[in-house]
This record gives sequence, C-alpha cells and structure tokens, in this order.
Amino acid sequence: MKEASKLKKLWLATLMVLAMLGAACGQKAGDTSATGGTSTDDGDTIKVGLLHSLSGTMAISEVTVRDAEKLAIEQINAKGGVLGKQIEAIEEDGASDWPTFAEKAQKLISVDKVATVFGGWTSASRKAMLPVFERNKALLWYPVQYEGLEQSPYIFYTGATTNQQIVPGLDYLKGQGKKRIFLVGSDYVFPRTANKEIKAYAQANDMEIVGEEYIPLGNQEVATLVNKVAAARPDAIFNTLNGDTNTAFFKEWKTKGIAPDAMPIVSVSVAEEEVRAIGPEFLAGHLVAWNYYQTTDTPENAEFVKAFKAKYGEDKVTSDPMEAGYVAVHLWAAAVEKAGTTEVEAVKRAAAGIEFAAPEGRVTVDGPTQHIYKTARIGLIGPDGLIRQVSGSDGPIKPDPFLRGYDWAKGLT
Amino acid sequence: MTALAVPKLGTLTPWKRRGIFLAIGLVLVVVAPAMLSGFRLALLGKYLCFAIIAIGIDLAWGYGGMLTIGHGLFFGMGGYCMGMLLKLQEAGPGKLPDFMVWSGVEKLPALWKPFGSPVFALSAAILVPMAVAAALGALIFRRRVRGAYLAILSQALAAAFAILLIGQQGVTGGTNGLTNVTTFMGYDLNDPVNQRSVYLLIAVCLGIMYLLARQIVESRYGRVLMAVRDREDRVRFLGYNPTTVKVIAFAISAGMAGLAGALFVPVVGIISPALVGIVPSIEMVIWVALGGRGTLVGAVLGALVVNYAKTTLSEAYPAGWLYLQGLLFVVVMAFAPKGVAGIAKVLKERFGGRKVPPQPVSHQPAEAAEPAT
Repeated sequence: MKEASKLKKLWLATLMVLAMLGAACGQKAGDTSATGGTSTDDGDTIKVGLLHSLSGTMAISEVTVRDAEKLAIEQINAKGGVLGKQIEAIEEDGASDWPTFAEKAQKLISVDKVATVFGGWTSASRKAMLPVFERNKALLWYPVQYEGLEQSPYIFYTGATTNQQIVPGLDYLKGQGKKRIFLVGSDYVFPRTANKEIKAYAQANDMEIVGEEYIPLGNQEVATLVNKVAAARPDAIFNTLNGDTNTAFFKEWKTKGIAPDAMPIVSVSVAEEEVRAIGPEFLAGHLVAWNYYQTTDTPENAEFVKAFKAKYGEDKVTSDPMEAGYVAVHLWAAAVEKAGTTEVEAVKRAAAGIEFAAPEGRVTVDGPTQHIYKTARIGLIGPDGLIRQVSGSDGPIKPDPFLRGYDWAKGLT
Repeated sequence: MTALAVPKLGTLTPWKRRGIFLAIGLVLVVVAPAMLSGFRLALLGKYLCFAIIAIGIDLAWGYGGMLTIGHGLFFGMGGYCMGMLLKLQEAGPGKLPDFMVWSGVEKLPALWKPFGSPVFALSAAILVPMAVAAALGALIFRRRVRGAYLAILSQALAAAFAILLIGQQGVTGGTNGLTNVTTFMGYDLNDPVNQRSVYLLIAVCLGIMYLLARQIVESRYGRVLMAVRDREDRVRFLGYNPTTVKVIAFAISAGMAGLAGALFVPVVGIISPALVGIVPSIEMVIWVALGGRGTLVGAVLGALVVNYAKTTLSEAYPAGWLYLQGLLFVVVMAFAPKGVAGIAKVLKERFGGRKVPPQPVSHQPAEAAEPAT
C-alpha cells in the first residue's frame, strides 16, 4: 500500500515538472519558428528587445525605465508604428546579474532577431553586454547616466556622460564657493571612475578632496562612513552611492543634525523614484545633478508626465533615466524612418544629427560619439519629494565622453 | 538501520553502462553541435560546466557527507585564473587589460604577472582551489567539524571572496568582473568553429570528470569515504584516519569546480563576483539535491535540468519565472526527495519490464546521512 501511494506521488511530481517544462518549451518553439526569417522586416511587426532587471536588487529602478520604454512604443504604434509596421516588444529579465544580461542580449539577437535592444542600468550590466553587441554587430540603446570613457560603435548612450552631469555639478559647487569635498560611492565601476574624474577636476580647480569612501552595492551598514564624513567637516559631499545604500545613508546622516544648506549632499544617482523610496523628509534641501526632472517646464514634459500617469497610475513619478529610455525609443524610431530600414549600419548612419523634442528639451544625436546633446540641470529636492531646478546649462551640451575638451582630464585616458 | 552503504551499481551490466555512457557522449559530442544554433550550443556548454561542479559537489556531499555551500569560491578561483590569462593574452605583451585602464591602474599588479603563462594559469585554476580546499579541510575536519558548521564556514568563505573581488576593482575588475573575453589561447571566440571547439572541450572534460568520479566512488577509497559519511566514529576505530579521507574528497571536489570555472570563462565570456558568492553557491547544491545526491548521473542531470529550466522559464515568463523556478524546487523536493534520479529509478522499476526487488532504504545516502540511531 505504502509503495503504491509513493509511486502515485512520484508520478504526480513527474507530470507537474514535465508540464512546466512543456509550457516553457511551447514558448520556445514559437521562438524557433521566428528564426526562420532572416530579417526583422519580414513580418508584420518589427521586434525590439527590452532588457532590464525585473528581479533582484536593481528591479525597483529598472522596471520604471522599462515602463517608460513601453509607453514610447505604445505611442509610436498608435501613430502607425515605424515603416508602417507595429513595434513588438520582447522582454527579458537581466535579473540584476551581469552574465545574465549578456546571455539574454545574445538570446534577443540570435533567437528573436530583434532590430534593436533597449536596456541596462548599471555600468556593470552595460560592460557585460557590450561585447555581445559588438560581436553580433547589433544595436543597444543604453538609457542611464554613466561614467564616460566609453564609446562602443554598437551602443547609443541616451543618458548623460560625465561632462553633461558630473562636471556641471562640480561647476555649481565651485560657484557656491565649496572647496572641501568628500566623495562617497558604491563600490563598482561608475563611482570609482567618476571619482577619478572628480579628483582630476578638483586638482585643477583649487578644490580639496578631504575623503573618499566606498560601500559595496546593497550594503546598508553606513554608520562608520557617516561618522567619517561628519568628522572631516567638508563643505559639500559628492554622492555616487547607488541603490538601497542611499536609504541607509540619508537616514543615518539626518541623525547628525547638519543642515543641508551648510553641508549639501550632491547626488547623481538619486532621482524622483529614489526620493519617494527613501522619504523626502530625509532628502529635502539636498542637491542632485541630472538632465531632467518631473518638474521640468516644457510642453513635451507636461504631455509625457500626463501620459505616464494615465498609463501607470496617478501616484507614479517620472525621472531622468525613465525619460532617457523614453527618448531612446523615439530616437531609434526616427532613425529607422529616416533610414527606411532597421538594418543596423543604416540606422547608425541615419541616427547622426537626428533631433527630438524630448521632455527635457531638444536633444540631438551626436554622430561620432553616439551620445546625445543634453541640457545639464542642478536640482534641489523639495519636502514634497519633487525636484526643482536651481541652475542649468544655457542649452544642450555637446557630449564629450572622453573629456577631451578639458585640460585637467588629460591624464585620465 | 544498516549504515555502511556499499555502492550498488543498479541492475545494469558493465557493458550496458558503457553503452549508455557512449550513447550520451555521442549525443553531446556529435548530435548537439549539429542540431543546435551557436547560441543554444553555448548555453549547453555552460550547463555542462555546471554539471562538472555538480559531480564535484556530489562527491563531497553525496558520497562524503560534507555539505558545502561554498563551491562558488572554488568555481570563482578557477574562473578568475582563466580570466586573467585570457585578458592578458588579449591585451598583448606589455599592455594592461581594459578594466585596469578605466580603474586608474598604471602598472600590472604583481598578482597578475605569472598568469601570462598558460601553463601556470591552467594549473593554478585547478590546483589553487584544491590547495585551498585541502587547507580548509585539514583545519576543520581534524576538529571534527561536521554538518551545518562546515556549510556555514564554506558559505562565509565564498561571501568573503566575493567581497574581496568587489573591493579590489583595479586588480579584479570589481563588480564587473572580467568581461569582454574574446580570445581563447589566441583563437578568436567570435568564430563559430572555435566556439564549437570550446564546447567540445567542455563536453570531453565532463566525460573525463564523470569517469574519474565513477572510478573514485567504486574504488576501495570510495567505500571508505562512504563509510566515513555514514559512521565516522566506527571508521576511526577501524584504523582509518577520517580527516585524510575527507580532505582528499573535498580537494578533488574543489578541483572540479575550479576546472569548471576555467572552462566557463571562454564559453560565457565573463567571470564576475555575482558567480562566486553565496547565492550561486547555494544554487550549486540545489542542482545536486534536485538531481539526486549520491548518484553521479543524478548530479549531472540536476545541473542540466535546473539550468535548462532556468533559461527556458525566464525566456518564456520574464516577469514571473522566479516563482515558477521556486515552485519547481518545492514540488521536486516535496514529492521526490531523491531527485530526478530517484524518479527515473522508480519509473524504471515500474515499467522497466524487469522486476527489481524493492531496495532497502540504506542504499540511498539521503537516509544514510541522517544521524545514526
């Protein structure tokens, strides 16, 4: 009797496992039929890949960018799509894991034959995907500000490079007479490279770096760090922390009771979404450097914010990386229309010089660097959680990923 | 309870076993490369690397009773040894790997220098994990540390190694790890022919490791190892030194993980701390648990099935695949605690056409590892 019931259980288990694998394979079989076509132009739709972390530590940030990209695709489809075809988004989960990003990028390219991919957030994920796109001569649109010193022929960078975000941030501090700067950052490539650039800037501009501290991504133990910063008495703090470490850092910092206007923290990875997550009461009065805020006053932005809230809910906020993802989709679509094909080399050639009236204002694709002209904006975080511009560049700044236009940056590359 | 489990080779004759081994080998070496696209073949290559780790873990855990949740450490060591070699080969003599340039490192760190030599790097990929495992094992097995303590200690080491890698960006590439590996021993990895060769190399290594493990568990040493797993004190009274027995198995197990790491880098192109820390280490144990520990075929199957399921589920349901994967684990563990190999065995007994007398439970190490009564 006992043996029989055990057998039955085993059977049940086997069936369930097989059913689940079968479900997965069913989907895959659909994929393989798609590989029959050699070009994405063959069908009634044009496939694009959306590759962000939908699980893991980065999911909270990356999902918002994916949402903005889907909004842009929906808008373009509503107007008839590109080349008369609807855009079909294929999503993959990068799972906050860099090798997974590389694997899924390869899958989108070779199995789904997508025309392009929009994806990534951390520089680590971009560095992992870069060889995949270069090897396959496929196109990636990367929508987040980053540390510069990179220019892949198969990546378009729609977030800010250093001279459009960090350098203006430093210029602002210099203008405010802040001389002693403390650098805090997460321990990965973006903060370390950014701080290398900041140190070079400081040396040339008579500023003093009074400390430089790193915390591993995801780490919440910030008490020692906060004590070190407070003891150094800097004029300002330049913050390149990413993810949930920011929450711990700002909460701990608040206990020191130092007024934000006496010792402001300038953050480059804290936007509206993060402000909401951390709590505006901990952040009000501190500064951020970006290219776009939900409050940015352009007609295009009013429309973008309205459309986003209509699609995803009134309580949602919009942020710089979301806007950059939204812009990336529109720029790609415009380049495809101009090229008359989704073929990568033709799209790359067509993209040069394309302009788009973005929520942040006019943006232009710079052909040689494949970055875009962006307006730099220094913002002040308000008690309501929104960020308002206190200073900005006169117009869009030409991207300079290798900082060639700056004498102090000579030794960096 | 009969404690000392003697390896029971099932009901297959040696010739049949050889036949099955050859058939599977033929599928992996001839059929798979012919049928699969380059992308899918590379994924299969990755799964086969994981299967090598699973064999190693099975040796330590399934046959030796040493539950290690730190094999990411050994896998990572092998991977980084290979990664350093390939990055140096790619940069060319006298030049720095790409990540050092953007990390502000101006001179090649001393640690990297010997890894320019393929012989050194390849032997280090296997010997360094073995040496670390042997040292660790000698220290803790002599103190008769068992069970959860070994698991915790090995896990802590894996975590520490990952943190070390992240903290030393200039030397290790930090969180990014070593990426953009495009050549292997001077061969361009973008070339499909070379990609296939790398895959074949992995398949052959898996075959060798499987045979090696099979030899080990069927040898006299293997029996003593299982005896130590089941009743260490009795083995000690018989005059064996359980510490030595366990250290050898643990070191071999680590060496296999190191080899898998070294093979992983050319096929995937990346080695990063994300593959080294606690989470991947736990996943590795799950493969073996799901496949059926204490059977080498089970370990291999577990690694293949779990990773295949992970890929297909995450492709089919990018937003919810984690739940499905979790469900899969729970279902298998709840209904088939002996894993996939256990299911296969029962099915064979039921439908194999040949009645096998019900086997006493003691043949299953799952039971045997329980505290003896």
